[in-house]
Amino acid sequence: MELEFTTRTTFDKVGTRPPRPDGTDKVTGRALYGADLAGADMLVGKVLRSPHAHARILAIDTSRAEALTGVKAVVTRDDFPHIGPEGTVKGEVEESVWDVARNVMARDKALYEGHAVAAVAATSTAVARQALKLIDITWQVLPHVTDVDEAMRSDAPLVHEDMITAGMDPVPEEPSNIAEYRKVEMGDIEAGFAAADVIAEQSFRTEAAHQGYIEPHACVASASEDGLAELWCCTQGHFSVRDMCANILGMDLASLRVTSSEIGGGFGGKTTVFLEPVALLLSRKSGRPVKMTMSRDEVFRASGPTSSTSITARIGATRDGRITACDATLRYQGGAFPGSPVGIGAVCGMAPYDCPNVVLHCYDVVVNRPKAAAYRAPGAPMAAFAIESLLDDIARKLDIDPVELRLKNAVKEGSSSVYGPTFGPIGFEECLETARDHPSLEAVPGPNQARGIAAGFWPNFGGQTSVTVNVNTDGTVLVSLGTPDIGGSRASMCLMAAEELQIPYERVKAIIADTSALGHNDTTGGSRVTHSAGLATIEASRKVIDIMKRRAAATWDIDVDAVVWDQGCVRPSGANAGDHEPLTFDAIAAMASATGGPIAGHAEINAEGAGASFAVHVCDLEVDPETGRVTILRYLAVQDAGKAIHPDYVEGQYQGGVTQGIGWALNEEYIYGSDGVLQNPGFLDYRIPVASDLPMIDTVIVEVPNPGHPYGVRGVGETPIVPPLAAVANAVSRAIGRRMTETPMSPPRILAAIDGTS
Amino acid sequence: MSLQHVTTTVNGDATEFLCDAAETLLDALRDRLGLTGSKEGCASGDCGACSVMLDGRLVCSCLVLAAEADGREVETIEGMAGTGELHPLQTKFLELGALQCGICTPGFLVAAKALLDENPDPDETEVRYWLAGNLCRCTGYDKIIRAVLETAADLREE
Ligand code: FES
Ligand code: FES
Repeated sequence: MELEFTTRTTFDKVGTRPPRPDGTDKVTGRALYGADLAGADMLVGKVLRSPHAHARILAIDTSRAEALTGVKAVVTRDDFPHIGPEGTVKGEVEESVWDVARNVMARDKALYEGHAVAAVAATSTAVARQALKLIDITWQVLPHVTDVDEAMRSDAPLVHEDMITAGMDPVPEEPSNIAEYRKVEMGDIEAGFAAADVIAEQSFRTEAAHQGYIEPHACVASASEDGLAELWCCTQGHFSVRDMCANILGMDLASLRVTSSEIGGGFGGKTTVFLEPVALLLSRKSGRPVKMTMSRDEVFRASGPTSSTSITARIGATRDGRITACDATLRYQGGAFPGSPVGIGAVCGMAPYDCPNVVLHCYDVVVNRPKAAAYRAPGAPMAAFAIESLLDDIARKLDIDPVELRLKNAVKEGSSSVYGPTFGPIGFEECLETARDHPSLEAVPGPNQARGIAAGFWPNFGGQTSVTVNVNTDGTVLVSLGTPDIGGSRASMCLMAAEELQIPYERVKAIIADTSALGHNDTTGGSRVTHSAGLATIEASRKVIDIMKRRAAATWDIDVDAVVWDQGCVRPSGANAGDHEPLTFDAIAAMASATGGPIAGHAEINAEGAGASFAVHVCDLEVDPETGRVTILRYLAVQDAGKAIHPDYVEGQYQGGVTQGIGWALNEEYIYGSDGVLQNPGFLDYRIPVASDLPMIDTVIVEVPNPGHPYGVRGVGETPIVPPLAAVANAVSRAIGRRMTETPMSPPRILAAIDGTS
Repeated sequence: MSLQHVTTTVNGDATEFLCDAAETLLDALRDRLGLTGSKEGCASGDCGACSVMLDGRLVCSCLVLAAEADGREVETIEGMAGTGELHPLQTKFLELGALQCGICTPGFLVAAKALLDENPDPDETEVRYWLAGNLCRCTGYDKIIRAVLETAADLREE
């Protein structure tokens, strides 16, 4: 991409907080989400799921279900076309079509409790439910494994009998549940530890947490006899949904049109497909539109939580607090299929620190649990939990303030990162200093209270993006985007277009166009949209300006080089260009038909230049020594946004990420029985934070411009969930005088730590 | 299965529908009446996304049978704005950016209005406990709580 720019620092509209263009529809109940579409003749689709954690499917008999009045289609593994193992589709990450095809419908084995084994479409929910009960499956129940450490043992039941660990040298002869081993290495680890005066070492475990979006997965599919099909669904990336469904079902991409509904939260969990290919098959088979929605129970059992992990780490430092070495072994389970975010998580943990000697051993492990999906800064919070906890131990051993310890080791412009690139301008030191000097740190913790500090990092992404900016003849502007808007991105794009075009914000509106209306767009994820779609919106707006200059110059019959764009008008560039009244944006828009036709700018880019993101969190809390219950007293999140386009939604990302992190730290976990069955698939037992659990969450937006974006934007969504596990753990550990090493830090675990029995 | 005939009032309009005996009010509102502003987040009374008023009482419509609406008054998010004008809570939510994805927003607004109708001067703790039955996964609640407190203050000044 050849967008030329220098990063701006003064703005007219960017950085203000106007209401979002989609806001009114959302406060009135008018906005249509995944489950809100109704159509004539629509059937209801339901999925039959495995009651077993691991079982061979010997036979499926659907005849009784098919005979039930009102049942219009039944699908099983036999209805899916054969596909080879080589294809991938990029959602938030590159996903294997083969794996996803097997995740949406079990083939020879059910790999986890909740794995889809059949689906029906019927005239009502009641009939569909009844039909599921009439499907007869002959099972051969197999031994299962749900714990990541147990799954790595040589005698563990095999999730895939033929899986040979990738990345090992020599190649193992025996299959195992280790999908991949990867080693990240720099410097000389032995020398690094030899130079250390203090070493902190510990093993950590984190339980799986679910993204917990309030809107369950939902879609409506309509396949017609000519092979074309339409799909409406709540997704973070309708282009990836199209590509994945088409690949699974053997369709070409032009035959499937996907529209993204409003989306009720995703956090990475809506970057893949679950119901969509099944709904398309049911529709194809029944000849009618089919609507499918997951119940909350299904969301927990069958859609992707994040990995549970087991991490052993060791950090060495000199007496004056310089980190000299870090080695860590990280084991992440990705559920029943390869692809846990262990690799990226591992490097995110150490990325904030300038440590010359690092070795990271990364294991991607499969278990009998639902296929893990991305969850906000995939993999990073767990690694940061380990690293930031050890840094706190080192700070205590050396009696150094934890912020000062981090400042001594913080990466800055020119530091080389553990994941490869050398950092450009970054705001980590600024975040640390801002946190250190923040007035909320003046509060002195009382008895049973303590303060925990932790940092977080996410690299951020760019990626493929396509945007069209259409100018209407009345001078209003419509921006067509292909990146679903989960948290106010339409408002940010309108602000950037208005800034660039120098027209009022209210004159710009934005929509999320379907897959047939724009070039490919990568998924909304990895904190890429404000950066990438922002770049594309700015580039498309600049094309509009170019066209307007040409139209004005032609009207005046002068050369385009003799006009300038200034304050939303085209003017002659100087006296030599002639004496012409400036033409306003609106005036040129109104003349479009007479001057050459519609005015539109578009941009198709593969965005680069994402700016790395750093955050520092400070958590003050109190532990009740009788019950082990934790109360969060104050919370401060400081993060570099590069430039906050719409500060409300930047703060909102910080506050939301913090809250998810607090939930993960204190309450949230997947609890499996010895039968491998999930025991808490509902919001009552899988308890996410509620309003009364929390204080206000203080935020400070640091702005160190990202030179890779014309306005300096850095993605902000992922990083806020990275520090909280460690910030909470460091505070609890200081409050009770024992190191907490496991999440969630639920009351029984904290009591056990206090008693010394954990 | 024969359907039941329900005669009720929804957002001030006399309304009739047929429903299954086991059908929830949430399903009837959404599927029979097309009022999809009330959302299903859990169907078990844990998330509050389906909040509506039934004879002036705040309820989870997923826990109420549709047939129970017979002869009673239901108010949903769709009835909250006056003709052409938003309720002050709706305006404040927009002004303060108190929503991200917005799926929880109808439930929060219905519940917050019920609070302010009952207690025009709640403190932060009261707002937090009143809204503890409404889950939001996006915002961390901060801006929602501020929006409710500020709206209450504005309304008291009027
Ligand atoms: S859907 Fe009724 S409380 Fe969640
Ligand atoms: S705004 Fe998304 S759940 Fe509340």
